[in-house]
Amino acid sequence: MLLIRCPYCEEERPELEFRNAGEAHIARSPNIAGESDDDFEKFFFIRSNPKGIIYERWRHMHGCARFFNAVRDTVSDRFLMTYKAGEPKPTKLPGAAK
Amino acid sequence: MKKYSVFAIAREAMRGHKGWEEQWSSPEPKKEYDVIIVGAGGHGLATAYYLATVHGITNVAVLEKGWLGGGNTGRNTTIIRSNYLYDESAGIYDHALKLWDGLSQELNYNVMYSPRGVMMLAHNVHDIQVLKRHVHANRLNGIDNEWLTPEAAKEFCPPLNISRDARYPVMGATLQRRGGTARHDAVAWGYARGASARGVHIIQNCEVTGVKRAPNGAVTGVETTRGFIGARKVGVVAAGHSSVIMNMAGVRMPLESYPLQALVSEPVKPVFPCVVMSNTVHAYISQSDKGELVIGAGTDQYVSYSQTGGLHILQHTLDAICEMFPMFTRMKMLRSWGGIVDVTPDRSPILAKTPVPGLYVNCGWGTGGFKATPGSGHVFAHTIARDDPHPINAPFTIERFRTGRLIDEAAAAAVAH
Amino acid sequence: MIAAFRIPGAGRLKQAETTRFSFDGRSYAGVEGDTLASALLANGVHLVGRSFKYHRPRGFLSAGAEEPNALVEIKRDAARKTPNVRATVQELYDGLTAQSQNRWPSLAFDVSAVGDIASPLLSAGFYYKTFMWPKSAWKNLYEPKIRAAAGLGVAPDQPDPDHYAARFAHCDVLVLGGGAAGIAAALAAAETGVRVILADEQADFGGSLHFESGAKVDGQDGFAWAQGAVATLKAMDNVRVLSRTTAFGYYAQNFVGLVERVSDHLPNPDRELPRERLWQVRARRVVLATGAIERHMVFADNDRPGIMLASAARTYLNHYGVAVGRNVGVYTANDSAYAAAIDLKKAGVGVAAIVDLRDNPTGPVIDEARALGIEVNFGRAVIRAGGKLRVSSMTVQPKNGGGERTIPVDAILMSAGWTPSVHLFSQSRGKVVFNDETKRFVPGIYAQDCVSVGACNGTDGLSATIDEAYAAGAKAAKDAGANTVKGTKPKVDASESWSRGMLGAAPGAGPDTTVKAFVDFQNDVTAKDIRQAVHEGMRSIEHVKRFTTNGMATDQGKTSNMHGLAIAAETLGKPIPQVGLTTFRAPYTPVTFGSIVGHARGKLFDPTRKTAIHPWAEAQGAVFEDVGQWKRAWYFPKPGEDMHAAVDRECVTVRKTAGLFDASTLGKIEVVGPDAAKFMELLYTNPWEKLEPGRCRYGIMLREDGFIYDDGVVGRLAPDRFHVTTTTGGAPRVMNHMEDYLQTEFPHLNVWLTSITEQWAVIAVQGPKSREIIAPLVEGIDMSDEALPHMSVREGRICGVPARLFRMSFTGERGFEVNVPADYGEAVWEALWAEGQKHGACAYGTEAMHVLRAEKGYIIVGQDTDGTVTPGDAGLDWAVGKKKTDFVGIRGMARPDLVAKGRKQLVGLKTKDPKVVLEEGAQIVGDPKQAIPMTMIGHVTSSYWSENCGRSIALALVAGGRDRMGETLYVPMPNGTIEVEVTGMVFFDEKGERLNG
Repeated sequence: MLLIRCPYCEEERPELEFRNAGEAHIARSPNIAGESDDDFEKFFFIRSNPKGIIYERWRHMHGCARFFNAVRDTVSDRFLMTYKAGEPKPTKLPGAAK
Repeated sequence: MKKYSVFAIAREAMRGHKGWEEQWSSPEPKKEYDVIIVGAGGHGLATAYYLATVHGITNVAVLEKGWLGGGNTGRNTTIIRSNYLYDESAGIYDHALKLWDGLSQELNYNVMYSPRGVMMLAHNVHDIQVLKRHVHANRLNGIDNEWLTPEAAKEFCPPLNISRDARYPVMGATLQRRGGTARHDAVAWGYARGASARGVHIIQNCEVTGVKRAPNGAVTGVETTRGFIGARKVGVVAAGHSSVIMNMAGVRMPLESYPLQALVSEPVKPVFPCVVMSNTVHAYISQSDKGELVIGAGTDQYVSYSQTGGLHILQHTLDAICEMFPMFTRMKMLRSWGGIVDVTPDRSPILAKTPVPGLYVNCGWGTGGFKATPGSGHVFAHTIARDDPHPINAPFTIERFRTGRLIDEAAAAAVAH
Repeated sequence: MIAAFRIPGAGRLKQAETTRFSFDGRSYAGVEGDTLASALLANGVHLVGRSFKYHRPRGFLSAGAEEPNALVEIKRDAARKTPNVRATVQELYDGLTAQSQNRWPSLAFDVSAVGDIASPLLSAGFYYKTFMWPKSAWKNLYEPKIRAAAGLGVAPDQPDPDHYAARFAHCDVLVLGGGAAGIAAALAAAETGVRVILADEQADFGGSLHFESGAKVDGQDGFAWAQGAVATLKAMDNVRVLSRTTAFGYYAQNFVGLVERVSDHLPNPDRELPRERLWQVRARRVVLATGAIERHMVFADNDRPGIMLASAARTYLNHYGVAVGRNVGVYTANDSAYAAAIDLKKAGVGVAAIVDLRDNPTGPVIDEARALGIEVNFGRAVIRAGGKLRVSSMTVQPKNGGGERTIPVDAILMSAGWTPSVHLFSQSRGKVVFNDETKRFVPGIYAQDCVSVGACNGTDGLSATIDEAYAAGAKAAKDAGANTVKGTKPKVDASESWSRGMLGAAPGAGPDTTVKAFVDFQNDVTAKDIRQAVHEGMRSIEHVKRFTTNGMATDQGKTSNMHGLAIAAETLGKPIPQVGLTTFRAPYTPVTFGSIVGHARGKLFDPTRKTAIHPWAEAQGAVFEDVGQWKRAWYFPKPGEDMHAAVDRECVTVRKTAGLFDASTLGKIEVVGPDAAKFMELLYTNPWEKLEPGRCRYGIMLREDGFIYDDGVVGRLAPDRFHVTTTTGGAPRVMNHMEDYLQTEFPHLNVWLTSITEQWAVIAVQGPKSREIIAPLVEGIDMSDEALPHMSVREGRICGVPARLFRMSFTGERGFEVNVPADYGEAVWEALWAEGQKHGACAYGTEAMHVLRAEKGYIIVGQDTDGTVTPGDAGLDWAVGKKKTDFVGIRGMARPDLVAKGRKQLVGLKTKDPKVVLEEGAQIVGDPKQAIPMTMIGHVTSSYWSENCGRSIALALVAGGRDRMGETLYVPMPNGTIEVEVTGMVFFDEKGERLNG
């Protein structure tokens, strides 16, 4: 069971309180109705599924109920950082995975 | 290839089992092959086997980053069935089931396909509606699947708790008698032996690190930890790592990889005669020939390549097992493990040509790929050999996510009201 | 009377305190503090089990958790039977009843032991090579035989009356293993004041101090020091000490699972006590002090009862006061077995000879053995053991060949060296490295915040161990936040030390032999099996393991893995590290399902949700159905009524007078804020901006892919306030879906979402008399059709309680849904029921609700739609705002396949024979005469007998269905084909006049 730091509650809580919500930084187009089939496929179905650093969304379901973003290593399952929804994708990551 | 038989065993017994030949050879990679299969799991090895036996293509290498059969083939709970709802799924899984029946003889390797019946439980009115829809569709597709009352289900599987007082009482079940289990390692080894005997190179400890393409976009080979290996055609059958390999070729996939755990109990004398699955309480169980209860869990909720999952997932699974079979609480978990399953948005596989000429992909089997192994290998070999899908895998394209022509078995079942 | 092999005065148990137990029906005496193994050995019993494949007689290999052989069934009563219990771990209690397993008819005479004679045929992997002809024989003949022969114990066949507990805990330093290293680490950490948990799998702390008679710490015998130190720790407020507690799994981020055995050692456990307790501990730092496990020597017939690990014999003597024989032999490749010989000799046991594979070892223990007059042979091997049910001799030969000599013995103590227990370290995803000099894998690269100390870290000798452990404990505490270290390190006065040893087969069991030299005892894997696997092309150690089953028995290879690896490496001609280790998987030792499950059994398996009106329905004799976690009243049978009679009556009564229905389980969400309407526009297909406050609308929610996700009636209470209803099962995911979009895609909208499902009880009153029933109880709401038309909502009071009164209908009749605070739900229901009785109204359940809505062609999302149905497919195009430029699903539903012709569309079906009721889920075809596989064009989604229509009715999804009106289609069933006509979806009151009737 992972231990996840909620950036709103500012504390680490067990995974049971959280719900994973898939890859982060996939923005819904403001003009979604005008998108091509290809673009819609990319938006809704295509995922980067990285072996390594993933940017993903979590919801603190049984806590503050807020959605937030996390950076995690999918090989070690170690979290590098979490940050609030709407904040830009971090360019610098703290300490590489052990 | 020397034939296996009871006589061969007797002969070898006389000389201390020193005359057995290698089941598969371990050659050095050649500079070039007609076809490279990436991934020596059951599906990849079966593909190579059928390329050789059905299509006469033997200049084939199967590249494996670890040891053959070491991925999901060697980690799954070995359930075999074909009672799927949609024609497309029923088509491919029943194609596989027909090949399972007779596979030991075909391979001259006892894969221990044991059609002891797969029961799927209904716990509420919605389950009954969904499972009966399957029974009716299966019947008209020529696939055996029958409806059982709770009492008949208990007769078929005596440990089953059919008390009306259970939290989610059993209200009925479907039974596919041709469903059952097989010995997972033997499937990989049997295909490896058969392919190797026909000249296929199985190259273990050889990790693909890049996919090379010509200026016109076509595949020319793969970079590996043992150097570049050329090929006109490359088939990616890398399960949880499929999207990693496909990315090397510049193809982004509708895939996510999740941890999937399973466990076995200590071995006990025969107590569980069939396979039981319950989607509603989330548990899958059978008993191996060795006597271990083999129990499958659900996936963890996050993308991971760690091959481990959380204890709470196993906990939830054992909760369900002990709810359905309350006498098992004193049994002991002997071993638990995790695999990496690649899941598509509609939870159906992709077995198809790709936008890259000469590149083919067989992935997205999620939690249920083992049962398809022979069928998947058979039609994927066809797809590679003919550069054209077999009618059975024609619907399983990558493009279906663009058009919306999904094959969504789970959507047809899982929506509660 | 003292048992025959109990040595008076030896060991630490109080020999006067005897206890009775039975094994295979025979009664024996033991001593308090015994394990079942030590008690049996005290009585001279070595034969306790049979092996898995060859059914060879087996005794005790060990004195601990690594035991592969001595597995028994422990039976307290008919429902409390536990198979495969290691006798070396099971503590004795008065009245304990144990039985041997996997033998018939008796342990001493097991007919399946013919497998041993036929064993040349049963070589590694033989089953892959035969049993293939005829095809059907595998299932019908071979497999049943193999299954019957396999397995060890017998599974329990009754529900378990015991219960299991669970605890979560947090600590700063978690110390796993309570030997000298663990105790020292725990002391150092505890003295700083941080929170410490110390756990050990045994009843007493001390680990190898149980047998190390030469250890002295702080002036005391090592074991006594350990007890004192643990007593000190127990007395500290910041320390929790857990004995009989096995750390079985090391998960991500220092999350460790442990199982505490609470009552299996007690003669008459208090029923209040759990049998076991699961601890799930999150630790800032973990100290691994898991020790090392001695390996056996691999030689011919090394599995005979009486042959055991030297440290085990020493434990039985020094702790339990039991001699494992009267005339023992010793076979070793390292120093530690000498200590066993010395202790036994000093206790008066005959030591026939020490056979040491090494050429010219030197050291104090060797000198001491010689001084005691023990015969010591260097450079020699035991090439064979004699005896069958008990070892009777050992045959010795110079290791490079030469004359044999057979020495009579009644036990052989062996030691090939010690394997560090890196199981938990490996589970933590740490990487081990191979030390070629000491021939062992030790922790190398760490993946988590943990540290290994003592024997599991390859540290030899008590003094070095305590130095290392104490420093590591202090550092762990500091890393976890401690400031000061104020304790004193225990001082080691005398210590034993050994290392080295050998891996693989001993001389006499080499590559050119065909002897049965066991590597894995329980699974009957011999050295030659491993070689055969390699010869057959198994080059990965994982293949060798799976092909031979080495290391896959209930002991998970604790004594066998390293030998197996060495033999495989030798056969491959590769160094050991290149062949690699198999993965260490949780659990470390087998864990009871019950302890993982804990309280989650029966009613606590999953929460049960009940409405406020549930007790009333229960009292009325309602039959309930499960819908998600909810219990919903399904139907209300009167005496003598079956389900159909009850449902028919309920359906007729609703349309004739009225019915009351508990709709409280429907999901309810309040959408509030200045941008509430804008938000609704984005989340639902319908337009909302122009919906007047006080009016309602049926809303459809899609996923982004364009398929129907949920539906429900939405009332606008005020310009900035919507009362949204959802399906019963959909409520949580709809709430999540809304929050997701609000928080992440549309955060600019000023809206709050509140789940109000549990706040409001909902009573539907439907039928021509519904207004008459409600009106007398309502205050402040004009109930006339003009003031409160169909699809409107008002706030007021009912029975004096605040209420939201919806005028809406899921039956096609005049109808209302009364929302009142849940606390008043039952009282308001009772009041409405009393009014209803005056008009002959009934209570109706979900089944009648389903029939009534189907009569009107109202769909149920999840039944008439699945996750593949668009609004167009469901005939709900009218509910999609044509002028809208955005809503969730707008793009998905425009994809090529979702707008293609021939999609399945929802239609009505009437059977040609009105009495025939179709089966839900039945498939529909156009041509009933076609051969199988048939082309199916749709399926029945809902089907009922409608008493109101006097015939059966059905809804179905049919390809191109709306273009097939009036067409005859076919439903092929096993006992005949049913003809059906495609119709509209409304079967009753097509004009909808009854809404105001």
